[in-house]
Parts: sequence; structure tokens; C-alpha cells
Amino acid sequence: MAVMEATLPRRLITTPVAGPAIALVLACLFFALNSPQFLTGPNFSLIIQQVMVVGTLAIGQTLIILTAGIDLACGAIMAFGGIVMTKLAVDSGLPPLLAVAAGLAVCAGFGLVNGLLVMKISLPPFIVTLGMLNVVFALTHIYSNEQTITDLPPLLTFLGQTFQIGQTNVTYGSLLTILLFLLFAYLLGSTAWGRHVYALGNSPEVARLTGIRTGRLTVGVYTLAGLVYGIAALLLVSRTGVGDPQAGQTDNLDSITAVVLGGTSLFGGRGLVIGTLVGALIVGVFRNGLQLMGVPSIYQTLITGVLVILAVAVDQLSRRRNR
Amino acid sequence: MNVRIPAGLLITALLVTGCGGGGGTQTATTTPKVGLITKTETNPFFVKMKEGAQKSAQANGLELMTAAGKFDGDNASQITAIENMVAAGVKGILITANDTKAIVPAIKKARDAGVLVIALDTPTEPQDATDALFATDNFKAGELIGQYAKAAMAGKPAKIATLDLAPGITVGQLRHDGFLKGFGVPAGDPSVVCSQDTQGDQSKGQTAMENCLQKAPDINLVYTINEPAAMGAYTALKAKGREKDVLIVSVDGGCAGVKAVQSGQIAATSQQYPLKMAEDGVKAVSEFAKSGKKASGYTDTGVTLVTDKSVSGVEAKDTAFGLANCWG
Repeated sequence: MAVMEATLPRRLITTPVAGPAIALVLACLFFALNSPQFLTGPNFSLIIQQVMVVGTLAIGQTLIILTAGIDLACGAIMAFGGIVMTKLAVDSGLPPLLAVAAGLAVCAGFGLVNGLLVMKISLPPFIVTLGMLNVVFALTHIYSNEQTITDLPPLLTFLGQTFQIGQTNVTYGSLLTILLFLLFAYLLGSTAWGRHVYALGNSPEVARLTGIRTGRLTVGVYTLAGLVYGIAALLLVSRTGVGDPQAGQTDNLDSITAVVLGGTSLFGGRGLVIGTLVGALIVGVFRNGLQLMGVPSIYQTLITGVLVILAVAVDQLSRRRNR
Repeated sequence: MNVRIPAGLLITALLVTGCGGGGGTQTATTTPKVGLITKTETNPFFVKMKEGAQKSAQANGLELMTAAGKFDGDNASQITAIENMVAAGVKGILITANDTKAIVPAIKKARDAGVLVIALDTPTEPQDATDALFATDNFKAGELIGQYAKAAMAGKPAKIATLDLAPGITVGQLRHDGFLKGFGVPAGDPSVVCSQDTQGDQSKGQTAMENCLQKAPDINLVYTINEPAAMGAYTALKAKGREKDVLIVSVDGGCAGVKAVQSGQIAATSQQYPLKMAEDGVKAVSEFAKSGKKASGYTDTGVTLVTDKSVSGVEAKDTAFGLANCWG
């Protein structure tokens, strides 16, 4: 016990999530003191609703970044998944559950293609996903014929429905998002698969030599990330109540922002998925809090930029100190 | 030793929050709030709109909150802005929707919460998803330059290029259709030899015009969705030495556009008034805050044909008027 106590503060400093978590708490305190509407249950429920789409995308992004990759196509894949789900359900009259399944499968399929291109031809993930970003964006607009799809069946908007905790309405989507974060925290932290992902990100060569089938693992990670983007698509559709071909155009960078703010290293092998949740919440809290204070949205973008640079700087400095 | 760091952070936390605490409770005053949500932050049209809203808010004793999408078509940011403004307790929201259909559920939630929602410039689909619409009659704006072009061509057979906005965007469609109606040709008429989308962007307008000239070198009339697209067309025509014998007509009335009319690069443009949209919108919210009376229906904020080469039978103002009333 004594040993535990001695190492706890040190662990707190070296844990990549400590910094972001403190920043989040400070931001909340600041806005609570500056806006009477900030510190309320409904407002927090709102913030979670507002970050759930990018947050869920960022789960997939975290997986890929942990393997020292990056995914620029995640938002585009999500937008396509959303169009597939809504168009099949509304225009083609498919049963909603099948339409959702098809959307999830399509997203996972794009992830699979990304993974295969990265693994088989050894293309840099940046290039693969940059190309895929354009391909999927174009496919979205071709398939949707630029039309927004409305009048969705109830199943597609179910995650946007609410249940009550005390006086606060919480959407099922918010709950699902939190559960996804917990699930992936478990998978990455407590399973052999999770340790392999970290090992791959730290050094693919060492990972291979220790018997990890790195190729299969890479393809698996990209495919799983794709599936998570599909869930994000369902969350997006349920939140907005429409299938929107214009959706997600900045969400690739927004998800990377959440990952980086959450203390995960862009060089791979270091970081926690819970940090990503904190990172997404930081962006959401600033956007909501500044709006409540009446600050124009362009300043929210400015502050987000400053925070990203700060987060990476802290990451670099803490690495140097650890050495 | 180890304990000191969290303690230090705690002190920092207290300092930071303490600093902010001073001005905090002022926001709880009873000044009614009005929100303005524009398509983007950067377009001069919306800058002017914001200016009009700010002026009108001050005059009517309202506090103005603003937000915008990150890019043209960004629906998610506008939804977030609506939610946050409702949470902030605004009386009314003025919005130029990036996606006229996709924004409707979020607007409905705001209206259900008792907020007056007014569409500025761009109607939602359906139009009655908002309480009221303050906007240019875009069909009429197109019709005016169509009529002007018809008179200015003076019976010469027309070979028309239309540099449009983007597929599925109502504003662009209305202006285009209005132009054809004003010019007196049906949609799909063979005199329209080339139609290209420009997203209202100057460089895309130039590329589109270059391609149109490849396709039909004898084009002699160019309709453009806005003046940046018109300037792009002018640049392309000039490169071919055709700028003197091709008539360019446009819509918008931005200051740079009116100057281009003054210098003769653009023959005529239909000017619209974003400042007035915002002023009237804020006034309506102020009225609602005071008396509970909600604005409703469609209010035409006006459109004027601006040209220095007026033609008989089409009412127009000169560029001096245009420059006095332009935006951007």
C-alpha cells in the first residue's frame, strides 16, 4: 500500500490524460463562474450530445493513431454511411434495421480497404486516407444526388430520443457514446489485442519479432475503426434527423483535434481512449461556454487552435523529461 | 515533494477562475438576447449582415450573440449554435441556413422552446419551418437582369452562358429561372449554350467561362450567380479579347461588384440588402421580447437593378446609388 501511495502522484503526472483532465475541469470552473446557464444538468447533457458524433469518430481515430497511422477519411466515411442508411430506409423502403446494418457494413468496408492499402502496398496512411477522403466524398454526392434525405423512420432517430435522469433529458446516443468509450478503454487497456495495438504503434518491427501478426492487426484496426464510423453515422443521423450529404467535412480534423487534446501521441503507441473523450469534451465545453458568454464562434476556432498546440507541446516536454 | 504539483495546479485553478469571476454575474442581467447564425464568418455579405444586426441590437437594447458554420453547407455547426443559443436563453434567432432541409428539426426544437426563429436571406424547406422570412426575392432579382439583358441585346440573337451556383441550392435555381423568365426564353432553350456551376467563386467562374468559350466561342451574353463569378467570367473573356462584345449581367450588389459595374466590366447587377434583412430581423425579435407578438410570413427586403447603361422600359438606379447602398 505504501508503495502505491508513493507512486500515485507520479503516475498522475506521467499519465497522458492528467493534463487534459485538469484543463477540462479548469475550463468548466471558468465557464461556471462566467455564465449562470453553464453549470446545469440540461446544459451538460447538451454538450455531450454536441460532442458525441465527433467523439465517436475520434474513438476510431484513436485506434488508428495508436498504430502510428492517421485517418483523414473518417468524416467522409461517416457521411456516406449516413446517406446509405437514410436512403435505403426512405427511398428504397428497406426495413430500417437492415438499412442501418448496410450502413455499418459499408463503413467497415471502407475501413477494410484503407487497412488493406496500408498493409499490402505499404502506402502511408496519410496518402491512403487522403485519397479515400476524396473518393468517398464524391461517392456521397453522386449516390445522394446532392439531396438531403428527410422523413426518417423512428428507428433511425431513436438514438436522438431522450430519457430522464432526475430533471435532465439525456439522449440514448449520449449513453451509447459513453458506453463505447468504456468498451474501447477496456479493449485497449485489458486485453491482449489492446497490448498488441500499443506494441504495433511503438515499433512495428519489434511487434512483428515478438510474434504479433502485424499485417492482420493493422487491417483489423482500420476495419474496426470503419465500423465505429458507422456507429457515428447513426448517431449523426439521429441527432440531425436527416441524411445530409454535406455532413462531416471538417470532422476528420476535428476528430484528430480531440485525440491530440486528449494527450495521445501522433507518433503512435502512447495515449488512452478516455483521453480522447476528455479532448472532445474540451472542444465542446469551450464552444458551448463561449457561446453562452456571447463570444463569436470564430474565437472558438482560435482557442481550439491554441489548445492543440499547447497539448502537443506538453506531450513533447513530458517525453523529454521522462528520458 | 510529489504533493506540491497538484497543490500548485489547484492554486492556478483558483487564480484562473477567480479572474473570470468578477464579470460573471453581469450576464444574468435582464437584457434580452438575440442570436444571429450566418452561413460562414468570412463572406462579406454576412459581415454586413452582422453589422446591421449589431447596430439594430444596440438601438433596440438587445444583446447580440453570433455564430456561423465553418464552411458553406456546414449544417452541424449551425445546429450546435441553435442549441447553445437556446440554452443561453435568447428570445429570437435569425438564421441563414446552410442546409435548408437539414436544419429544420433543430429549428423546430428551438421554436418548441418558445424562441422566435426568423430565416434571413435563405428560406427553409418548408418555408413555414421558421416563424418568418426576411429575404430578397431571388426570382425577381434574376428577372430584372433578364429583362435588362433582353432590352440591351436589342434584338440581336443571343448565345447565353449561365454561370450558376451549385446543384440543389434554391437561391441559385431561383435566380437562374428568374433570369430566363425575364429574358423570355423557356428552360432548356437552345439559346442557352452553356451552363456551369461556380459555387459563386471567382476562380471557378473563370474556369467555367473558359470551358464555355471552348464549347461555344460565339457566346455574347453571360448570366452569373454573383459578381465574383462575373469577374471570373470577365477575366476569361478578356484573355480571349472578347470583353467588349459580351454582355455580363449578375446578381448581389456587393461593393466590389458595383465598382465593376461602374467600370463597365459588368453591365448590370441586381442589388440585395443584407443589412436591412438583419436590421428588420432584430427589430422583430425586439418587438417579440416587448409585446410577445411574433413576426410571420415573408417580408421582401427589396432588390434594385444597378447599371450606368440604362435601357428603356426597365427601371434602374445608377452606380452612385449602388455604391451608397452596397455591402462588403
